[in-house]
Parts: sequence; structure tokens; C-alpha cells
Amino acid sequence: MALKIVKGSIDRMFDKNLQDLVRGIRNHKEDEAKYISTCIDEIKQELKQDNIAVKANAVCKLTYLQMLGYDVSWAAFNIVEVMSSSKFTYKRIGYLAASQCFHESTDVIMLTTNQIRKDLSSPNQYDTGVALTGLSCFVTPDLARDLANDIMTLMSHTKPYIRKKAVLIMYKVFLKYPESLRPAFPRLKEKLEDPDPGVQSAAVNVICELARRNPKNYLSLAPLFFKLMTSSTNNWVLIKIIKLFGALTPLEPRLGKKLIEPLTNLIHSTSAMSLLYECVNTVYIDVNTPPLPSLSLSLCLYLSLPPQLCVQKLRILIEDSDQNLKYLGLLAMSKILKTHPKSVQSHKDLILQCLDDKDESIRLRALDLLYGMVSKKNLMEIVKKLMLHVDKAEGTTYRDELLTKIIDICSQSNYQYITNFEWYISILVELTRLEGTRHGHLIASQMLDVAIRVKAIRGFAVAQMATLLDNAHLLTGNMQRMGICEVLYAAAWICGEFSEHLENPMQTLEAMLRPKVATLPGHIQAVYVQNAAKLFATVLKSQEGNTDSTAAQETSQLMIDRLPLFVQSANLEVQERASCILQLVKYIQKLQQKDVEVAEEVSALFAGELNPVAPKAQKKVPVPEGLDLDSWINEPPSESESEDEQPKAIFAKEEPKHSRPRREEVDEKELAKRREARKQEQANNPFYIKASPSSQKVYQEAPGVEHIPVVQIDLSVPLKVPGLPMSDQYVKLEEERRQKERAEKKKKEKKKRKEKRSGRGKKHDSGPESEEDITPAHQVDIVTEEMPEWSIITSYIFIKTKSYCVTVHVCSSRPLADSEKLPVRSHRAAEAPKSPTEDGDATSQEPKKKSSKEKREKKKDKDRDRKVRISTGLFLCLLGNHSHLILVSSGLPGINKCIQKSKLVFCFLPLTKVYDIQGNLQDGSQVVVSVIFENKCDSFLKSMEFNVLDSLNSKLQRPEGSGPHDGLTVPFQLPPGVSNEARFVFTVQSIIMPQKLKGTLTFIVKNEDSSTHEKLDFKLHFTCTSYLITTPCYSDAFAKLLESGDLKCSSVRLEGVNMPFHHLLARICFHHHFSVVERIDSCASMYSRSIQGHHVCLLVKTVSIDAKCDEPTLLGNVLDEIKQTFSQC
Amino acid sequence: MQFMLLFSRQGKLRLQKWYVPLSDKERKKISRDLVQTILARKPKMCSFLEWRDLKIVYKRYASLYFCCAVEDQDNELITLEIIHRYVELLDKYFGSVCELDIIFNFEKAYFILDEFLLGGEAQETSKKNVLKAIEQADLLQEFNIGTFKEIKIFLLGEI
Repeated sequence: MALKIVKGSIDRMFDKNLQDLVRGIRNHKEDEAKYISTCIDEIKQELKQDNIAVKANAVCKLTYLQMLGYDVSWAAFNIVEVMSSSKFTYKRIGYLAASQCFHESTDVIMLTTNQIRKDLSSPNQYDTGVALTGLSCFVTPDLARDLANDIMTLMSHTKPYIRKKAVLIMYKVFLKYPESLRPAFPRLKEKLEDPDPGVQSAAVNVICELARRNPKNYLSLAPLFFKLMTSSTNNWVLIKIIKLFGALTPLEPRLGKKLIEPLTNLIHSTSAMSLLYECVNTVYIDVNTPPLPSLSLSLCLYLSLPPQLCVQKLRILIEDSDQNLKYLGLLAMSKILKTHPKSVQSHKDLILQCLDDKDESIRLRALDLLYGMVSKKNLMEIVKKLMLHVDKAEGTTYRDELLTKIIDICSQSNYQYITNFEWYISILVELTRLEGTRHGHLIASQMLDVAIRVKAIRGFAVAQMATLLDNAHLLTGNMQRMGICEVLYAAAWICGEFSEHLENPMQTLEAMLRPKVATLPGHIQAVYVQNAAKLFATVLKSQEGNTDSTAAQETSQLMIDRLPLFVQSANLEVQERASCILQLVKYIQKLQQKDVEVAEEVSALFAGELNPVAPKAQKKVPVPEGLDLDSWINEPPSESESEDEQPKAIFAKEEPKHSRPRREEVDEKELAKRREARKQEQANNPFYIKASPSSQKVYQEAPGVEHIPVVQIDLSVPLKVPGLPMSDQYVKLEEERRQKERAEKKKKEKKKRKEKRSGRGKKHDSGPESEEDITPAHQVDIVTEEMPEWSIITSYIFIKTKSYCVTVHVCSSRPLADSEKLPVRSHRAAEAPKSPTEDGDATSQEPKKKSSKEKREKKKDKDRDRKVRISTGLFLCLLGNHSHLILVSSGLPGINKCIQKSKLVFCFLPLTKVYDIQGNLQDGSQVVVSVIFENKCDSFLKSMEFNVLDSLNSKLQRPEGSGPHDGLTVPFQLPPGVSNEARFVFTVQSIIMPQKLKGTLTFIVKNEDSSTHEKLDFKLHFTCTSYLITTPCYSDAFAKLLESGDLKCSSVRLEGVNMPFHHLLARICFHHHFSVVERIDSCASMYSRSIQGHHVCLLVKTVSIDAKCDEPTLLGNVLDEIKQTFSQC
Repeated sequence: MQFMLLFSRQGKLRLQKWYVPLSDKERKKISRDLVQTILARKPKMCSFLEWRDLKIVYKRYASLYFCCAVEDQDNELITLEIIHRYVELLDKYFGSVCELDIIFNFEKAYFILDEFLLGGEAQETSKKNVLKAIEQADLLQEFNIGTFKEIKIFLLGEI
């Protein structure tokens, strides 16, 4: 021992070792950089020496410096030298340095392959171990490929120490070199039953990680894992196995049933919180997100573990004093909330308690949870609690977070949960008292939104805003509060715009023209000035009615006195508006002096009510006839002459007539019917509630609103703005209102019962109030989705080609709430005798019923449609056992169907989106599928999620940030009898093969007293045809194309087709997106182009089709599809 | 697990292990950001935070912060257990470990970590086995932790 110390100090006499370096750095705190640069120079010298011990010492020091952030990539080769030392001491240091310093771009890694291979097969297990450990950090695809075999051999090494390392590192190898998975898998599977628990656990680890990426390949291992799960006592292994089952169960629902028992046992018996957490998490969460969100719902059902059990366990976690458990409990709770809101809502008290926690991250989690927990019933209560916390909160960030959450909670889904908007306005006003918040603009936009959309609230809102304006000095008095003065923007605008509701417009006008206003930010001043003018108009109107004309003149004088202040403003907007209005008022004053009545004319300036407009409203405006939005205003320089000419195709002459959009002609009767249906729909729609004018009256008499003393003391301390109502009183009032409503309901109920003289109605009058019973006091105009005036679903598909434009108008009139009638009417080429939906659809009843009607319909349309080359269809798609949903898809023809065993029939028409026929290659991989969802049942459908299992080739485009298995939320809800269209964009890599994508639609069916999750499975069929775009081509260009020799040839015989030749052509045009290039007697050449620019040329004769294409696979598939089309007739 | 960092209360990095390939620049940026974020947290706060798309699990032992980054589906509690296990291992190996042990013997700290975790996954859940493997390897390296312990006493006196 002593000798070794001596030996160590002798070493130190010559070289600085690591300890010296560390100590040196600590002693040179002032000039660390300089000291290290001298050290690096020394190291460079040491590396030049031949002595491997010196080199290893230098490399060891470099590893330390690397951690401190110094670049040591220059020494990579020296590291390799040390790695290849035969002495374990140095080898270990070398590999450590490599694992810390090397990454994929390090070029010397190439040199290490043989050395590593040698070490892997070393008789010394620690040599092998050190090489494996190092390799796990810097394995590159090349290394993985070259060493996969060696590592695979090591998986059966005699020493468990090596086996376990080899198994673990195989995972890294699979990631870098996926081809190695197949040959290595049997051996990996074998390792699951290795006698050594360490190796076994490593194998479980690796398979679990692999299964997370691609679960379906590992289903066959389920029995083995099941055995392991019931026998293992190692928590580490159990956690991995549970994770694995979480990934497998969605694919094999039967597993769920088997898992109930062991999982429940684990949940009850385990003392390890990590395992308990994993069980709860997996059962209700992991499977809910990836890999298949839609199926996870069924997992919960299959597992049929009562959510209460898990929620109870989570409650224990949340109640624990350990912050970590509390946090995780809340996190897990928020995920259960998504699927089982009811069972979480009962723990509201606990969540609210967490708002008091000293840990901010726990408070934020609790806030997130609250967002999802609110209902009409508890919104006021929750917000009241939150308001208390706002007052208590320390630190502006958390308080701002609270503020935004309050607003989020209240405004979610179009103010769905707010039953009393006066309460909400007063909450907003109370929030303005917050000190130093950055979210003034948020409050302001809410105020504006509510005042505009909830008409019944305007009177109240205006009164509140007038008070705010009067007390503006309280908001702006302190410089810290500048963020909140944004609220004044909203207040001024609301008071101006809805000035007819003002109690005392004169007072407000004076408040808006105070000199202090000039200290506000420019954009707010501008609004002040403009709205002062609106107020002025209102004041004039009221004053001119009186006999006293001096009052009106005094008002004008006030304006003339105060406005110059704004004319001088440095802000251009303020200046411009002020000078305009000043001149106007001066002119008015002149007229007044001549005793001319001006009020009418002045108010005409601001006449007209401002109505909310849906963001998508523009889409609803029909394009006027003759206006072609896509045509060039100035013809761009031509790029290729051949495409600029008009095609000489046979259908070309007739085309212009039909290329304009057709609009549905509806007679008065039809309109009246629709109106009636719409009313019906609105009555059923919970979001469309008629205003109840009575409620407003009651509250306007609320005490203290009208006469507000103006306190002209500038207080820097935040005060309660006098006279503003407290939101709390509304909680009480609301309670009373609800009670009244309930009482009335009961009365009605009783009456009914009396009439019926039967006691059956009993279930209604007792029990807790359900969500639906609570009627809002005010109505919100919801205009985000559909304008209510439009019961006709219309959509335009613009297909723009370079030389001409065809607009196809898809429309369907649908008498609402009349499910017996034909739900959709399809326009299609008359030559198509029957839609495949009809003839292939033996299982569903509905299409058969409609087919006779449809035929009639078709005849009518026949002439109109006959020569439309590009036409569209709307097809009835699905009728399940439940008749909940009808999915209709519209688009270019390319009709496909598939019948599923569950008797659900689907039909999807992928609609290829075309912007420019020149083949914008960036867009060449996108396909848009538009789906019309129609609710055929009597229940309300919501939370629809559309999900498609991506294939390697086709992927559903999801918004950024969402995982590859997340479903897309359909952005609307469906009241009974309503339909709506949603579009989904798919990215398709290769278009040469047809594709079927499996998908699921999940949704919640909401009845009066229950809501259930439902799902529909479907398949999306992308045919090759749907990737083709009708493209005109000219005979000379066509000839050139054929001559070029780039095209591969193929042909198909049409047997048993006996239809006129032009029908045959029309059918190919219609169904397969071809255009005719030239036709000579019973022989025609046709052309089409794929979205990725493949040319497809056909030579069609009565009995056969010869075809050429630059992509033989695509061609083969298109021909198959054509053949299919003809075999169906 | 994506990576593990050890750093002091002053924000000095003491150990870093990356299980995902990242360039030096990215590594530096990530560790700088994380160290700042974690040091800013109050002592009473829980050990988890969401950071970018990762979950960060950290725990403070005396003057050292141990911090791991795991993926979304990973179990936070078991990660915490991994950290604790590692600290126990260091403690057993060095004999009541302190920050200085890791500074002066940082390669040993790495060796222990490498015996415990491989490629970001726990490879050995038995503490005994890990220590045994380390001792055996040390024997091969002609290094004896006992020697070091004597040096440590000497060093501690010096600083």
C-alpha cells in the first residue's frame, strides 16, 4: 500500500495527473482560461510521447476538460490510440474518453471497428464489457452494421455480465441498423427466459422499447410476458411489462380481460409508488395517447376497471405530503379527466385545495385540471375560488397565469358553461383591479367579444364600462399598471358603439375627454376620440328632443374645447381622427347656431348595428357568375406552347357551357320548409338559445350600479373601484334564478302529470340538477362554424388548369330533421348507371330505399350533367347498426368502398387537391379527403376524433406538436340531423400503389341523461386513380410524349363491355380523370397526369386499352382499376 | 433516458452522460439551460418539470444536483429511484461520498454509472452486483479505492 502511494507521488513528480489538474484549476480561479490553455499545451506535449501511460493520463485529463466545455475533438486520434492499448487500465480510460467525446460525425470512429471487434471477443470479460459500454454511447450506423453479428454472438456468452450488456446494446444497434432486428429477434426472445434475472430484465427492457415503436410485431410474445408479469417480483421489470401491455392491448382487446386481475392485484397490493403510478398511468393514460387513441377507449372498457379505483388511488397520491407524488397524482388525474370527467369531478375539493400548495408547479397542474372540470353547475363556484387566489397570489407570473386560466375556463367552447353573462362581465371588471398584470389586452378582448356577441348583456356591459371610464384614473394612476389600461380601449369602444344603452351619456363623454386621457397609449386615445364622436351623436339626439337648445350647443362647445388636446397628439392616428372630428363638430356648431336640427344627420354617421361575422363567412358568399377568381389578370409569359392552345378534344366544344358553377334553384315552398327545419334545429341546439329578455330587467335594478360618486383623488394604492358590483352577488342571484327555474319546471311537470293522471313522470322532479337543465340567462351568437342561414351544404372545387378553368359545384339540399327523405342528392355523369355504393351495399337498408328516388333525380339531371367532363358525387356512405352517423364524402370520382364485418359500409372519395396543373411538386404529395359527417340519430354528437393509422407511405397531416398517433379533432359538434364537412390532408409519398388506410372515428353521444363513447372503424381507400388529375393534352405534344421512348407499355382487354364507345370514353374520363386527346372513329387516345407528374397515356379501342406510362406499377394499378370499373357494369 | 447531468449548487457541471447523439454545441446549450432552470426552482418544489418535449427529473443531494431527462412515456418515479440508486452506489464505493470525490475521481463516477446504466436503461438492479463488477475491474486496473481514500484525507486537509 505504502509502496503504491510512493509510486503515485513519483508519477506526480513527472506529470500532472488528473488530480493535479483539478486542484490547479481550483487554485487558479481568477485566470482559469489561461491556466487551462497552458495545461492543454502540456497535454499536447504528453500526447506526442510514445509512452502509453503518459498518453492515457493526458487523455484522462482531456476528458475532464471536455466536461468543462473545452473542445477536445483534435485529440480524437489519440483517444483511439489509448483505446487500443492492450492494458485494461488504459483501455478503460480510452473507452471512457471516446464515449464522452465521440459522436456520429467524429471521423476516426471508422478506424475503431476492428479494435472494438477484437475487444468484444477478448477472453477478459471486462475488456468486452468496457467495449460494449463505450459502444453504447457512440455507435454509428456503420459500426452497428459491421458489429451486429459479433454482438449477437455475445448475447449467448457464458457470462451473464456480458449477456446482459449485449442484450441492452442490441437495442441501440436496432435503432442504427434496423435490418439486424429480424435475425437477432429469436435470440432476443430466448433471453426473456434467461436463468439470470439481470439478462431477463435487460431483454424485457429492449422488447418493451421496441414494442413502443411498433407494437404489432410483438403481440405473439404476450403469453410469455403474461407469465413474467404474474411471476416476477422485480418492480423494474414489472413496470416495463405493464408499459408493454399498455402498447399491446389496443391491438388485441382480448388481452384487456386477462389483464384485469393481475393489474387490480398489483394496484391493491404494491407498496412501490412507482409501480402503482405505472399501473394507473398505463391503464388510463399511456394507452389513451399513443399508440391508438381511438382504441384506448375500448381498452378502458375491456379492462372494465372502475375508474373510481384509479381515481381513489390517485387521491391518495395527491393527499400525500410528498410534493412529487402530489404532482404526479394531479398529472395522471388530468389525463383520466379526458375520458372519465365525471369520476374526476367528484374530487373537486381536493383539486381546489392544491391551489393553496406552496409549490407553484403543483398549483399550475391543479389549474390545468380545473379547466377541464368546469360545468355549468360549478363554473361560478370554481371561478369564485380562483378569484380568491388571485387576490392572495404572490408573484406576478403566477397571478397572470391565474388570470389567463380564469378567462380560458370561462370562455372555453364559446362560453359554453356561462349561464349568466352579467356575472362574467363583473368578473372581468374585477380582474382589471389586478396590479401589474400583462394581460390587459386579454381582458379587453373578452369584454369586446361578450358585448358584441351577447346582445342581451349590452345594457349591463355599457353601464359597467362607463363606470370603468369614469374611474380610469384608478387604472392608470400607477405606472406599473400600464398593462391594464388596455381595458380602457374596450371600455371606450363599448360605451361609444352601444351608447344608446348609456344612462348618462353626457357624463361618460366628459370622462372620455378629460385631459388625463392624453397620457394613455396612442391606440387607446384614438379609440377614445372616435367613440367620443359616437357619444356626441347620442347626446345631441337626446338633447335636441328637449326644448332647451343651449344644452346641445354646450355639448358641441365641450367637444371643441377638449378636442384640440388630441389634435396636438404625437400619434398620427389620434391626430388625424381628432382633427376630422373637430372640424365636423365646428361645422355642426355653425348649423346649431342657425337653429338647424342636426342630430339625425350626425347619428347617421354611426348608424347600423355591428353584427358578428363568422371567420369562414367569406366562403359562404357565392362566386358571382362570370367571375373567375383563378384566372390570370395578366396572362403570365407562356412556358410551353403546346399547353397554351385549346385542346382539340372531342368534348372541348361543349365544355364552356358547363364549366360555370351551377347553383341550386329553390322555390319558395322549399325555402319555407328549410326555414322551418332550421328553426327546429336551432331549438334542439343547446348553443342556440333565444334570449330571455326578462332576466335583464331583474338585474338592472341591482343596487349601486347607477349613481357612482366620482372621487377625484389620485390614489397610488389599488382600490376597489367604487360602485362596481361584486361578482359574488351573482352567484347568489344565479342560484335563486336556477331555483326559480326548477320550481317552474316542477310546476309544469305537475301540470303534465295531472293531465296525464299517471305517476310515471316521477323521475324528473327529484335528484340533482343535470347539466342540460341549466339554461343560460343570455344567448351567445356562435358564428365560428356555420352561419345558421345556410342549411345547404355547398362547396366549390376549383380546378385550375393553365388554359381554362372548370368550376365544379357540389351541392346538396337536405331537408333537415327528415331522415326518411333522401339525405343527399348526387350530381354525377349520367353515363354512370349506378354508384358502387348502391350495388355493393346489400347490408344496409337506406341506400336501397333511396335508389328509386335517385334514379328519378338522375333523369332530371341527365341533360345538365351529360357532358360535364369533371363532375362530382356525393354519396351516402355509412349506416351503422346505431344509425348514428352518416359519413358522406364528396370529391372527384374515384369511388371506392369496402364492406366491413360490422355491417358498416363506407365510401370515401379522396379528393385530390389541385392548384396548378403544372404539377407543383411540393404539393404533389398531398391529398385532401373531405368527409361530410351527418348525424342521423336523435342525440347530440360531440368530441369527434378522426384518426387514421398511418402507413409508411401515407400519413395524416397532424398539427405540429401532436404525436404520430394522435387523432384529429373534428372542429365541430353535431346536433341531431345536422351535417358538416371536414377536410383532412394526407401526405402521400409514393402514389404508384393503391392504399387502404384503417381509421377510427370516436365520438361522444350525448343524450339527455347520459353520454357514451362510440367508435366507428372505417377504411380509407386511396386508389391510384385518385392521384390522377384531368389534364388536357394536345395531339402533337401527345405524339412527342409517345415517341420519347421513356414510357413503359401495358395493355388490358375489356371483356363483356357492350356500351356505346362514347359512353366508354366518358366513363374513363369521369371515373379515372382522363381527358380525350383525339378520337378517330372507335379509337381514341387519352391522357392524364398524376399529382407527382407521371404521364399516363391510353389508346382506347372498343375491346382493349393499350397504355403507356413512365411508371409501370402505377400504370398497372390504374389499368386494374379501369377494368374494375367496367366489370361492375 | 436521454441524458444525465450532475452539477453543483453554483451551476458547475460535475458529470454528464448523453445517451442520445447530439453535437457538442447542443449539449452545451441544453445543460446550460437546464442548470439555470433547475437552480431557479425553490427547494420545496417537486422534482419534476416539463422541459421542451422531455420530462426532467432531478434531485438534490447535499451540494449536488442529479438531473435526468426522460421521454414522455417514461415513469418519473422510477427515474427518481435510478438517481437514488446511483447516489447509493457512489456512497458505497467512495464511503460517504461528497462532491470532491466526484470532482477528483470523475472517471470512477463514470465507471460506476456505466455499470449501472447502459444506453440509458438500467442494466443491473442489484447494488451488490454493480459494486462487485467495479471492484473486479479496479483490480485489473491495479487501482484500489482504499489507496484513494488515504489520498482523499490528504487532499481534504490540503484544500
